[in-house]
Amino acid sequence: MSRRPPKRKASGARTTTVVVLRLYIVGGAPNSVQAVANLEAICREHLPDGHRLEVVDVLEHPQRAMAEGVLVTPSLSKLSPLPAANVVGNLSDRDKVLLALGIKRAAATR
Amino acid sequence: MRPLAKLATGIEGFDALSHGGLPRQRTSLLIGGPGAGKTVFALQCLVNAVRRSRAPGIFVAFEESPGQIVANGATFDWGLAKLSPRQLFFMDANLSPTAVKAGDFDLAGMLAMLTAKKKEIGAQWIVFDGADVLLTLLQDPVAEMREIYRIRDWLAQNALTAIITAKLEDRTSEAVHYGFLQFMADCVVRFERRQEDRVSTPSLQITKYRGSGYAAAEFPMSFGPSGIEVGAAGPVEIVHGASSERVTAGFKRLDSMLGGGVFRGSSTLITGVPGTSKTTLAGKFAESACRRGERTLFVSFDEGAEQIARNLTSVGIELKAHVKSGLLRMYSARTEGLSAEEHLLKLRSLIREHQPRCMVIDPLTAIAKAGSLGAARTVANRLIYTTKDAGITLLVTALSEAEDPRAEATDLQVSTIADTWIHLSYLVRSGERNRALTIIKSRGTAHSNQVRELVLSRSGPTLTDVYSAGGEVLMGTLRWEKEAEDSARKTRHRAEFDQKRRELQFAEASTSAGIKALELDLQRQRAELALYSGQDEVSSVSSTARENELRKRRSADAADQPARKSGNGAAK
Repeated sequence: MSRRPPKRKASGARTTTVVVLRLYIVGGAPNSVQAVANLEAICREHLPDGHRLEVVDVLEHPQRAMAEGVLVTPSLSKLSPLPAANVVGNLSDRDKVLLALGIKRAAATR
Repeated sequence: MRPLAKLATGIEGFDALSHGGLPRQRTSLLIGGPGAGKTVFALQCLVNAVRRSRAPGIFVAFEESPGQIVANGATFDWGLAKLSPRQLFFMDANLSPTAVKAGDFDLAGMLAMLTAKKKEIGAQWIVFDGADVLLTLLQDPVAEMREIYRIRDWLAQNALTAIITAKLEDRTSEAVHYGFLQFMADCVVRFERRQEDRVSTPSLQITKYRGSGYAAAEFPMSFGPSGIEVGAAGPVEIVHGASSERVTAGFKRLDSMLGGGVFRGSSTLITGVPGTSKTTLAGKFAESACRRGERTLFVSFDEGAEQIARNLTSVGIELKAHVKSGLLRMYSARTEGLSAEEHLLKLRSLIREHQPRCMVIDPLTAIAKAGSLGAARTVANRLIYTTKDAGITLLVTALSEAEDPRAEATDLQVSTIADTWIHLSYLVRSGERNRALTIIKSRGTAHSNQVRELVLSRSGPTLTDVYSAGGEVLMGTLRWEKEAEDSARKTRHRAEFDQKRRELQFAEASTSAGIKALELDLQRQRAELALYSGQDEVSSVSSTARENELRKRRSADAADQPARKSGNGAAK
């Protein structure tokens, strides 16, 4: 990684695979509101044509959230393509989010 | 204001020292180092709540996985695996190590899930195990505080009785990290595990309890088959009943020294240096209890039960038959490496199992072998109180290092609690070593103050009669000599006496013979006297007749009356 300078231009990544994301939030909680906004921005910018995002409000679906192993909110899961990834927090650290979702690395390797 | 409502934890000892348990629908904080017993304590509270009051609970595991916790809990006899998730729900709150943290997060979602779960199963208890792990994740003091407040508010809204556990590496970091936790908790219990003389001793201490009194001391605790037991001293007030029934201390002569035996439910301490036959007396006590048909527990340390039973056979004490019949339970334990607490725990479970009326511990001092003496002392005390509460007549032996019985007082200090204290010692005199028995105290009994010799024979132990000479009690051959001498003197006395009696009898006989002879003599003399006076009359009559005859022959008138004899004379 260190040999290659990181490229900020992730938008150049042309991905045909659809990225499936699920974001668990607590409706109305500041961190959750922020996470939704941050994720939508990331998707707009980096996954303009290939993503599917589901937002689950834990207040409305607590049992489901528990069954799916959610612990803290907001919490983002990348379900597909593999490898799966989990990101917690309000997603304000965009670099980390991109790295975790494999978007940035994919861009860097190309 | 209403007094603080409490929920009993069902943890032995803890409910007593916390005056009733943990605060109901409030938060309690358990802090302490790793392996100090916080998780077990918390889990035990939940299990007890389910088992005792059918109150469901939720266990939120931040540190270990629920699988690990259930596996660990399975080592106790709680039947944890049988509890359904509707009774006890485990929430895996381990944040995946692969999860990436990208910005602030909070516990709102988790609490929302827990709210749903609580409603679903009607939970009344909740445990947050390993809150320190959670707080570490937040990596931000402000966020930590915010989330602690969030949890506090959530608990208050949901009316749950909560236990939060948090690891604590050392006392200095505590103020910094857990200040808020401590603040929000109504009850704080500190757990500690200390190394004392090769044995690690866990203990707990209540350091805060809002609106309630509590026993503030640090209490030892132990992990037994039923989980944690806290070595609380029990209620301050002593409330055992006092029986006036006497049971034998083993054999008759000892009983009479004790004014008829020991009181039922009392505790007797036998001290002595090695070889003073403490075990024999203990064995005799156990045997006589079994003979009365009472269930008896014989606990020996560092000596096998088989060996004890065999050795006691040589002095006529038969224990094996009673073991076979199930009346007597013999338990032998090694003392090395086990703390006094663990011994106590084992003995308590034996008492529960066997339900004895009489119990022997030989020697009690063995529990002080490993671990601190202080711990052993409290254990000894608690053991004695446990048996008292159960109405068990207890006999313990204690090894004293010195001949002086007062030396025992420096060791386990049982002598102050024991009701009866018998001291065995050796008296060495004239090249002999003899066992001596003294009753140092016996509460509520006019006991003998004599030093007696204890003699072991094939028919069992007994005490000999007291022989004292020059103010010293004689023992062994000295006593035998004295006994022999006494018996010789008695024989001599008897012989002399018989001789004297015979002499007197003879003298009496000869005197009465003399009396007889004199009497006979007297009779003879009387007879003679009577004879003499008879002759005199005959002669006087005959003389009158002769005069008359003479007168007749002289042709004079016959004298009519003897009175006229004088006239006759005049007439002559």
